Amino acid sequence: MFTVKEALDTLTLQQLSHEFGDSILAHEFSYDMMSITVEKEAFLAVIRHLYEDHNLAFRFLTTLCGMHYPDKEKALGLVVHLHSFTNNHRIRIKVFTTDADPHFPSLTSLFPTANWMERETWDFFGIVFDGHPGLTRILNIDDFEGFPLRKDFPLEDQTREDKDDTMFGR
Amino acid sequence: MIEFAKAPDGYSGKGFFVTSFEKAIGLARKNSLWPLPFATSCCGIEFMATMGATYDLARFGSERLSFSPRQSDLLMVMGTIAKKMGPVLKEVYIQMAEPKWVLSVGACASSGGIFDTYSVLQGIDRIIPVDVYVPGCPPRPEQIIDGILKIQELVGKESLRRRHSPEYEALLNQYDIE
Repeated sequence: MFTVKEALDTLTLQQLSHEFGDSILAHEFSYDMMSITVEKEAFLAVIRHLYEDHNLAFRFLTTLCGMHYPDKEKALGLVVHLHSFTNNHRIRIKVFTTDADPHFPSLTSLFPTANWMERETWDFFGIVFDGHPGLTRILNIDDFEGFPLRKDFPLEDQTREDKDDTMFGR
Repeated sequence: MIEFAKAPDGYSGKGFFVTSFEKAIGLARKNSLWPLPFATSCCGIEFMATMGATYDLARFGSERLSFSPRQSDLLMVMGTIAKKMGPVLKEVYIQMAEPKWVLSVGACASSGGIFDTYSVLQGIDRIIPVDVYVPGCPPRPEQIIDGILKIQELVGKESLRRRHSPEYEALLNQYDIE
């Protein structure tokens, strides 16, 4: 999909490991992009470093969204795609937290575009972004209850009385 | 051959015709419906075919679509209504002047259709009263015309006092309107 730039990937990983040490939990290559899993406490600092460093210059937030792996201890996750226009290089950052503490720092101070993405992630996964200027639902109705993209959320509309398991395979 | 709407029952003689206001007004109303098309998906495309030359809804006096709710008397809801669209649809209905009728076209508008999911309204009759339902996914233009004819039947026979009756008020109150 993208041109793999091994030298840039190595440089990025070296810099982050040097700067944040054990906070960089893992890295892997998938779909022509490097993924780095970071400790939640270091998340904002890592993104800021990637943004401010002149050699890396990840100044563009491609996308941001939530993940839910109910079987894992840290069930809720966030995945962030960054793009460096100067290097034409992309990177994926993942960070995880528990169901009980669904908080991540907001990226709106670095990327204004994170505003709506974080609202969407709050809307669908119930992830709270600390420091977001106005974290309200964006796609679902305002008085919606629950977070529909969590795995334990039932897909079907729960207000139907005329559909049951025997006929509709619910 | 052009067929005109039949005159209602009444008494006629040389140079005069007598009938009740109710029948005359019913006749006028049913043959000059101004529909407001609220088309959100594929049923709307079928409606376009219904309005086109082949099926020609104008034959039934409904060629004048009104895109202002204030000047229309038939709300045609055609397509999936997301829950977020619900309040918008209700507002449009409230803005229409009495007397007004609602035609729910297709499975989605009538029951949510295949979209049995958290984000889709499971039938518009949860937020506004519906007069006629047209089944289908999507219904063919013939079915939509059939729905319009059913609406015309209702319009032609409606008592002039119905909209002032306590039953009608109770009906609207069920939907928290007025």
